[in-house]
Amino acid sequence: MSATATASELDLLLGRKWKKPPFIKRPWLRWGLIVGAGIYLALAISSVPVNWARVYEGLERGAAFIAAFTSPDFVSRWNDIYHGMMESLIMTVAASVVGILISIPIGLGAARNIAPLPVYMICRGIVAVSRALQEIIVAILLVAIFGFGPLAGFLTLSFASIGFMSKLLAEDIESMDRVQAEAIKATGASWLQWINYGVQPQVMPRLVGLSMYRLDINFRESAILGLVGAGGIGATLNTAFDRYEFDTAAAILILIIGTVMALEYLSGIIRAKVQ
Amino acid sequence: MAIISLPDGRRTWRRFTPSQQVIRWFAYLIGIAAFVWCWNRISEATTWFFVWDAPRIAGDILTRAMPPRWSYMENLWVPIWDTINIATLGTIAALMMAVPVAFMAARNTTPQMNVSQKVFRLIPPFMRPWLLTSTGEDSYSIGLIRPLALLVIVSTRSINSLIWALLLTAIIGPGVFAGIIAIAIRSIGFCAKLLYEAIEEIDHGQVEAITATGASRWQVMAYGIVPQIMPAFAGISVFRWDINIRESTVLGLVGAGGIGLQLSSSLNVLAWPQVALILLVILAAVVISEWVSAKVRGAII
Repeated sequence: MSATATASELDLLLGRKWKKPPFIKRPWLRWGLIVGAGIYLALAISSVPVNWARVYEGLERGAAFIAAFTSPDFVSRWNDIYHGMMESLIMTVAASVVGILISIPIGLGAARNIAPLPVYMICRGIVAVSRALQEIIVAILLVAIFGFGPLAGFLTLSFASIGFMSKLLAEDIESMDRVQAEAIKATGASWLQWINYGVQPQVMPRLVGLSMYRLDINFRESAILGLVGAGGIGATLNTAFDRYEFDTAAAILILIIGTVMALEYLSGIIRAKVQ
Repeated sequence: MAIISLPDGRRTWRRFTPSQQVIRWFAYLIGIAAFVWCWNRISEATTWFFVWDAPRIAGDILTRAMPPRWSYMENLWVPIWDTINIATLGTIAALMMAVPVAFMAARNTTPQMNVSQKVFRLIPPFMRPWLLTSTGEDSYSIGLIRPLALLVIVSTRSINSLIWALLLTAIIGPGVFAGIIAIAIRSIGFCAKLLYEAIEEIDHGQVEAITATGASRWQVMAYGIVPQIMPAFAGISVFRWDINIRESTVLGLVGAGGIGLQLSSSLNVLAWPQVALILLVILAAVVISEWVSAKVRGAII
């Protein structure tokens, strides 16, 4: 930074051509990173087997798929598409409701400023486990345990929502304004009243925003749960790809993108209203 | 906030006015009704016998899976290397595509032209927020490429990487390459969205200063904009890399390479001790990548 440079440093720079300062200042770290990245890239790229003949063959199918987007076929498999989409939406809504309801007490417990240490440790543990396991792996295990169908998908999405919502809710509670909460406490409020009047109004806008965001994520995730038999539109999509029915697949993808856009638009409106 | 008169004439404080309360109760009613309806639909599609049997099945699977088959580890090193490559190369490819998309989507860098009020009125109202980039005294700047860039962002972001992988294995055949491209496509929208928001938030003074020296459009970009978004760019890259490690561990389920392939073949033959080991490896990979990403982001910011 020139502002901190001393006069002697400036003298050294005088009369020389200006050079853009590098992003990483320490030269050994910069060159180490560049050389390391180069070696890694060379190793990585050389270890990826690419069958160019197969790729070349596939380009035609790729073009067919892109062309299918101009003439998506909603009609011939409409029944399957309709049931898949309804199942996805149902799982999304039910799982979001359950996930949010469960994540509120866990979020409260995972906030260091309102929970005692043992509760905090347990709740943070739940959050860590839920966040470390991906939806699809949880879905595989739950399908093995509960059998095929939307129940496994519903449980998976609820489980995943808990980690996500609790963590962000806890962070929001931790960064809240202490003064308001203390003012409520000073009136002699009980613990529940303290949470209800001191904490909840402060985190409510963010909680609503997060809930809408999670609803959106849950819908996107529900689209893949069908791949492992946990219900939803994924099974239909998988079948369409397997049968190379690209026009049906394109129709499903357009519906997914449309629903996600609609949900984003809706959540934008709701968030603007709440905040 | 409202002061309410009680039936006996006393006045008291309530958080919501009666009409607010009615609206809230009505909203709760609709919410509960929707949930109950959804739950009934799920319940109809469920074989409850299996659910009541679930604790026994879960215990059964657990006893079969324990202890994990540690000796299987020697078959996992190559898939782990593949998984890391899918995530890293996919992230790099995604960033290369995301940068131009982000510059086209940001209101202050997208190619734009000035139109008069008369022309602006011709645009349908719902299109205006997508096109409008800035408002002058009686001229409006509109960017015609911006909606296209936003469409790329939305569509790549809405579709999960597993679906991209499914599609790409159908098109270019199964393997690591399909996984890399699936991760790359999926990440474009995410990276471009965060990056274009960072570009829109830059300090305009620096850009003006560079422009005042007589710099060309590209020089302004290189010396006025890029240095300002560099920290955000590095942060986004590492953040996305972390997510991609997580996602690439399961791409193998649809045949797109990586450790997921071993997972799916072990599941298919019900080799639960191997499944347990693979799940432990995936868990470790996720935890380590999250730690690395948090450290690097901490160092940058």
